Amino acid sequence: MRWVNRRIGRGNGFLLGAIPIALLVLLYLTAAASRHAANPNDKILPMPGAMAEAMAVLLFQPDPLSGQLLFWTDTLASLERLGLGLGISTVSALLVGLLLGALPPVRATFGPLVTGIAVIPPIALLPILFIAFGLGEASKVALIVIGIAPFMIRDVAAHVVALPREQIIKAQTLGAGSWQLMLRVALPQAMPRLIQAIRLSLGPAWVFLISAEAIASDTGLGYRIFLVRRYLAMDIILPYVAWIALLAVAMDFVLTWTSRRLYPWAHGAGH
Amino acid sequence: MTPLLSLRNIWVEYGDKVVLENVGLDIAAGSFVSIIGPSGAGKSSLLRVILGQEAPTRGSIMLDGAPLAPECGPDRGVVFQRYSVFPHLSALGNTVFGLECAQAPFTARLFGAKRRAAVAEATEMLEAVGLGNSLHAFPAEMSGGMQQRLAIAQALIKRPRILLLDEPFGALDPGIRADMHALITRLWSDYSLTIIMVTHDIKEAFSLGTRVLALDKRRHDPHAPHRYGATAVYDLPLTKPRLAAGPEGAADGITIDTKDNT
Repeated sequence: MRWVNRRIGRGNGFLLGAIPIALLVLLYLTAAASRHAANPNDKILPMPGAMAEAMAVLLFQPDPLSGQLLFWTDTLASLERLGLGLGISTVSALLVGLLLGALPPVRATFGPLVTGIAVIPPIALLPILFIAFGLGEASKVALIVIGIAPFMIRDVAAHVVALPREQIIKAQTLGAGSWQLMLRVALPQAMPRLIQAIRLSLGPAWVFLISAEAIASDTGLGYRIFLVRRYLAMDIILPYVAWIALLAVAMDFVLTWTSRRLYPWAHGAGH
Repeated sequence: MTPLLSLRNIWVEYGDKVVLENVGLDIAAGSFVSIIGPSGAGKSSLLRVILGQEAPTRGSIMLDGAPLAPECGPDRGVVFQRYSVFPHLSALGNTVFGLECAQAPFTARLFGAKRRAAVAEATEMLEAVGLGNSLHAFPAEMSGGMQQRLAIAQALIKRPRILLLDEPFGALDPGIRADMHALITRLWSDYSLTIIMVTHDIKEAFSLGTRVLALDKRRHDPHAPHRYGATAVYDLPLTKPRLAAGPEGAADGITIDTKDNT
């Protein structure tokens, strides 16, 4: 049978997906074991036991200086920044994207501005944000928003523009005005696309979060990684990176599930 | 009797390309006008002008004696070949939408007694087009024929002065198409509609219509094919007993009583 025609079942799919991950873990363990055989104090590729020990301190023992459980404070701080950034971006993408997509005069007026902002590398704006908002939370959230909102706005707007002309005409022959058209025709159809845009923005959002935390912060997952880097503490960096990956995958899963649940008509086979 | 719709000296041009030239038409209330013609003869352009989707380059259109704004409105319903229904709404939602727009300018949604009344009216309309069993189905779950039935119900609930059909049955298979012909003929007579239908199917044009317009170019310059536009080269009023033997049977009984080249 040709490879393009092969269908993979659920169980087999799970198995196949697990193989490369398992191989990678095995490769790491072999490499770590061989390095430890040569030098028992090796810090570059720590063994799982060492990682568990180092993480247990951060997970369960209060930091002597601040009295906080560092892992959880880091996670909470990062998720708060990410959530605020994603939330503000999502709301602005929906409002601005809908207006840009549905109303040609608005698109003509603000389209070039949004495009212009979208092509600026957000990290280049970070100094401006630090100067304008200080080194606190606001500048980190602002970096995430500036980094992902223009993309999301353009994505939602493009989707609304691409709605079949027939639908827009039909709605008008049913008596809909601009506002009703946006509210009942464009908005519901933009929602699944908006969720898709959030999913695609999750990666960049994490990049901007970690960058902002690395440069100026006193808590957060990115801050911790860059802090312990000075001590070559791979036994903390690696679990933190895995934890970030896990959080990102969980968010992606929740978004996909929400979209399928709320907008089954947009997912074809879902209903 | 003043005509319901009257087009005077309509020209549609896109830059140098002339699509329609000097189209003049009077359409009486209650007629079923079929528009036929080769591809590119401006059938759909003419429909778009009547619909208000685009303004003619020159000429005037009067509906009920008043000039027509170059914008779509609830007085002219439309069914396109595809994409006429909203994929995010159920059949009922699609049909109620027209009533919601008129009665709730801000929220475009109805609640309580008003909603119940609107749902009842929409249900009745869906039953009239044969979708009584699929009230809560989404368009993606429907066949092409069902989607066109829904598009018709959606348009008719607004009681439009004119119903415009742009190759409405072009994408359907022959069996379904025959059912749809029977449906549209019945609705045309039940709701006293005025219908303008663009079609590629000449048999359909003659079997359904009370008047057939053929659009084509009168003049053709082989070195500048876009120099001249199309106009109504044949305008054939058909006399046939209204709904005497159904649309298919009626095709045999057609008599063409005038053949006047406008």
